[in-house]
Amino acid sequence: MELAIGIILGCCALGAGIAMVAGIGPGIGEGNAVAKACEAIGRQPESKGAVTTTMLMGCAVAETTGLYALVIAILLLFVAPKILVNILVDAVNALK
Amino acid sequence: MKKVDKKFKIIDTIYIVMMILPLAFGIVLNVLTKPHSEGINVTGARIFFTIPMPIQDWVVTEAQVNSLLVTVTILFICLYLTHGLKERIELKRQHLAELAVQKVEGLVLENMGEYFLGFTPFIMGILVLSALSSLTSLLGLFPPTSDINIVGGWAALVFFIIMYYKFKCGPLYYLKGLAEPVAFLAPINLISEFSTPVSMAFRHYGNVLSGTVISVLLSAAFGGLSSLVLGWLPGFLADIPLFQVGIPAVLSLYFDIFSGCLQAFIFAMLTMMNISGGFAIDEYERRKQKKLSQKV
Repeated sequence: MELAIGIILGCCALGAGIAMVAGIGPGIGEGNAVAKACEAIGRQPESKGAVTTTMLMGCAVAETTGLYALVIAILLLFVAPKILVNILVDAVNALK
Repeated sequence: MKKVDKKFKIIDTIYIVMMILPLAFGIVLNVLTKPHSEGINVTGARIFFTIPMPIQDWVVTEAQVNSLLVTVTILFICLYLTHGLKERIELKRQHLAELAVQKVEGLVLENMGEYFLGFTPFIMGILVLSALSSLTSLLGLFPPTSDINIVGGWAALVFFIIMYYKFKCGPLYYLKGLAEPVAFLAPINLISEFSTPVSMAFRHYGNVLSGTVISVLLSAAFGGLSSLVLGWLPGFLADIPLFQVGIPAVLSLYFDIFSGCLQAFIFAMLTMMNISGGFAIDEYERRKQKKLSQKV
């Protein structure tokens, strides 16, 4: 029983860690976006305002995939273990 | 400057008190109901009480209460700013109110076009509500925007408006638009319709929540670091939270203030772009002209 609960908790933590690998994508993408925005501002300093606004919007949209991963990781860390352990306890009680 | 009469001043005072009162009430409620805890503690919104309802119980949480308090505060801020509006400006606050309205009007005009100028109050409402909701975390309250239910509600509202404007040219036109560019892509287009509010809600909620989680983790880490550095000292010196003084405040500058305001801006921008992007204004004008010419 304790072993099973331990496996559940460990696997939830592992899953959260693996889910956050998705953070790589937005990191690279936003880095590219900001680099290009810096180049654009360097070429045309007078368009700084418009470029910054557009860049922030693009960054926010690119961030979405990372945030999906974050939501899943948070669910796995804080919500899933409780539910899964309850299911396990119920199943064990039913067997008895 | 003319002398301000007494009644005006009394009403002003009432507005200012009513601005602060909800937030003070929220802080008192937070202090009274918060369970004492040590160390790292990341929880969702606390549940105050549950009202039994026929289909599903209505759970009243901290997030709902805080968002209502913020709404009341915004209402009285608006009343205060618009109190004593004159054609010839007499009060300083009128400059502020006019500046805010002009800025948002310019934003709407730039991103949505002239047809949607009536959306200015709505966009401003979203901006201010979202920004102030995120900023309540500065008072130690639970920010309503880090609860998916609150932000999901806003996203659902925006989704309905987007759908209204998509259907405005008639359902047939909308269905034809779904089958573009190729007919067999229609299911994917349908999914992307529904993913708009989901991604909007998750973006806002995830950003604010990740800020909260990172702040909690970092302040715990700084506590560990300071006890590592000063822990060998005798007596009370070991308990000095060396790194917990000041550094989390600098981080909160980014996670609470910058991120909160930026997310509010992005939510409003996406709202504007989705609403105006979903509405085929040329087609609408064409149909209007056609109807007019048929009548004549």
